[in-house]
Amino acid sequence: MESILEVRNLVKRFGGLVAVSDVSFRVQRGQIKAIIGPNGAGKTTIFNLITGVDSPTAGEIRFKNSEINGLKPHEIAAKGISRTFQNVQLFDNMTVLENVMVGRHPRTVSGLLSSALRLPRTKSEERAIHTAAMERLNFVGLDSSSQDLAVNLPFGQQRLLELARALATDPELLLLDEPAAGLNSFEAGLLADLILKIREHGTTILLVEHDMELVMDISDEIVVLNYGKKIAEGTPVEVQNDQQVINAYLGEGP
Amino acid sequence: MGGSGILQLIFSGITIGSIYGLVAVGFDIIYNCTGIINFAQGEFVMLGGMIMISLVGAADLPMWISFPIAVFAVTLIGALFERLCIHPLKKPSILTLIIITIAASILFKGGAMFAWGKQTFSLPHFSSERPISIFGATILPQTVWILGFIAVVVLLLAFFFKATMVGKAMRACAANRSAASLVGVNVKEIVLLSFALSAAIGAVAGIIIAPIALMDYERGMILGLKGFSAAVLGGLGNPVGAVVAGFLIGIVEALCAGLLSSHYKDAVALIVLLAVLFIRPSGLFGSLEASRLKKF
Amino acid sequence: MGAKNRISLGVLVGGLVLLPLFMRNPYYIGVMVFIGLYSLITIGLSLLMGYAGQISLGHAAFFATGAYTSGILTTKAGFAPVPAFFTAILLTACVAFLIGIPTLRLKGHYLAMATLGFGQIVYIILNASVEFTGGPSGFGEIPRIQLGSILIESQISRYCLVWSLVILVLIFSLNLINSRVGRALRSIHGSELAANAMGVNTSKHKIQVFVLSAIYASMAGSLYAHFVTFISPSSFDLKFSILVVTMVVVGGMSSVWGALVGTFLLGLLPELLRNFRDYDILVYGFVLLLIMVFTPEGLIGLIDRLKGAQEKRSLKAQAKLS
Repeated sequence: MESILEVRNLVKRFGGLVAVSDVSFRVQRGQIKAIIGPNGAGKTTIFNLITGVDSPTAGEIRFKNSEINGLKPHEIAAKGISRTFQNVQLFDNMTVLENVMVGRHPRTVSGLLSSALRLPRTKSEERAIHTAAMERLNFVGLDSSSQDLAVNLPFGQQRLLELARALATDPELLLLDEPAAGLNSFEAGLLADLILKIREHGTTILLVEHDMELVMDISDEIVVLNYGKKIAEGTPVEVQNDQQVINAYLGEGP
Repeated sequence: MGGSGILQLIFSGITIGSIYGLVAVGFDIIYNCTGIINFAQGEFVMLGGMIMISLVGAADLPMWISFPIAVFAVTLIGALFERLCIHPLKKPSILTLIIITIAASILFKGGAMFAWGKQTFSLPHFSSERPISIFGATILPQTVWILGFIAVVVLLLAFFFKATMVGKAMRACAANRSAASLVGVNVKEIVLLSFALSAAIGAVAGIIIAPIALMDYERGMILGLKGFSAAVLGGLGNPVGAVVAGFLIGIVEALCAGLLSSHYKDAVALIVLLAVLFIRPSGLFGSLEASRLKKF
Repeated sequence: MGAKNRISLGVLVGGLVLLPLFMRNPYYIGVMVFIGLYSLITIGLSLLMGYAGQISLGHAAFFATGAYTSGILTTKAGFAPVPAFFTAILLTACVAFLIGIPTLRLKGHYLAMATLGFGQIVYIILNASVEFTGGPSGFGEIPRIQLGSILIESQISRYCLVWSLVILVLIFSLNLINSRVGRALRSIHGSELAANAMGVNTSKHKIQVFVLSAIYASMAGSLYAHFVTFISPSSFDLKFSILVVTMVVVGGMSSVWGALVGTFLLGLLPELLRNFRDYDILVYGFVLLLIMVFTPEGLIGLIDRLKGAQEKRSLKAQAKLS
């Protein structure tokens, strides 16, 4: 099977701290893959490296067979990787709909002059952006709050809005950073259904998550990190029975 | 120009540079405790000088009494400013804080114009005005006073931050505000104290410079700007770096005025400021890694 | 553009057309001309500060570049005012672009200080390069603008010219705000991290809007030079940069309308404070401080908040009735 993302010997040091140490893994197209590990294992750092927020100290990240490390975050987004954030990062000053409309940015072209002069081309593009954004809102079930300010949504819906915004960029690979954090079990269940539906539409998903029930339910494969190192990789069943993983989570026995 | 001429320029650079350094220390103290750049810092300097001049000139008080009164008055103004304008804010944005300290500086400037008018004033020298000759160059006794005061202030500050409980609490706040408050440091009071302390330092700077630099209600802005340049060059939040950077800027400025063009003298500090901001925002003595952690 | 903006724009244009019919005193028309010049600058600053979330304390420099380019080209290089106006825009845009690239990488206080430093350096250059700028005493005899057969000399002709330009700039800016580029700008203010992750090239957009706001300031500067026919550095000092920022903040940064409200208010304030003479800066400082401490979102924000409270109250009253 074709791998959409390939991480090779990735290293990230912050001063003396090694946050990610020689980690390699692949994500197959159409997969749902999870990265798990105790706090401080380097999961979010890997996301930041893949999306260009941080640059790796060493190693290589390949997306659709071309190297993407060194690219700027917006360039990586344009290539088809989108993400959500562990601490929700919405545009509080904008409406729910406008938040999702920003997600259409890399798929649209109107520049400053044509926007400000309202050229016909821009007008039709603007309508297309509106329609596409409403579709994504519909998909996550937020269409009725489209005119509310993002900051006024309840927390669970803010997570959904981030998801809709990320989907608006038409990602081929979607990175979800602890999407279920702060959600109750009912909301987490809805989220799991949504993630599965997104995969059905052909989007590959890589997620970091602490909610083990969710991870084991929906993931095809799991990478386990501990202190920045990969200690296991495999199907949920394989990982659950791995002695090193058990040690990492429960503390090593005598 | 001969060697003694250059030496003369360096002396005058050291004199004015020590003032920039002192203003910069004021910036650093507030910045460390609050993350705020106080755009009104230069006005504290101006107020210190002007109040001192009034006490000595109009009220005819002796210098040694006027000095502490002037410092105390400006300290009070700094503390009031914090209580009335900074304290009441709930989760202010950086932009709000910038505008508030700018507004305060306009207000102080306006107040000074109201109180003293637009005239320029000067203060008598602390002791004789007869120049002392060193290696063919001369320095004024006031320069010795200035350097002496700088040394005392720096030593006092070092003692305060290293050896007193309050000073240690301020350093704790600078390192990590929420952790400091967890171990029982009253952060709100520390913020108040930081404003009072930098107002006091600003006032001292204004008082000791007043005899050799004329004072008027508008003097604060340019002193503040140059002080800020020194603070940035020294690495924002690093008082020792600030003093060294102050000397550097003062000397370069004096050399530029003497050897190149006095028109562009005031541009030196600004060009240094922009160069540092563009090339190495952590300053001469700060680490790049640490500056990235700051909220800029 | 949205219905709300269209109504506001209609009200503004209506008011501007009616005003000269009732206010015949050329002195007051002159005040309105200056408010128009300020508005050009504050609309741009509002885009930069309120929408893109970037501060500039150096916009006097762009106002100056416009004024001095127009002034020097028409008095020393034989340009007519209109070509000089456009050359000034081009030059200012280049300056803003070059200074914007390193400056806009900075954030918060550093950005404020860097723009302030830049503004001061330009101010020092204006004072020091005497052969070009006339130094501290400036230079005069800048020709007036000739549009076809009309010479822009009377206050009313200036009023028409400057406010037509303001309306054009306003429409241009409102269109921009509600577009792909405008949303990208606002997203930077909301969360730069997320904006980047959504494919927004934040540095490019920041520079674009910085240059645009500089162009608006340059237009104001050129008009100022040709209206007043005499320029000197004292009109382009730090006080000016702070004044225009103050106008935007007092009115409210959340919309360009706030910038216009602030510009009107602070533009009229000197007229109201004439009895205070020089002490008006005391009042300025005080007003600014009060607004920032008690309603940092500006007057427009205050009005919104009051409206919100009233709506809540009427909802409560309705709930009680039923």
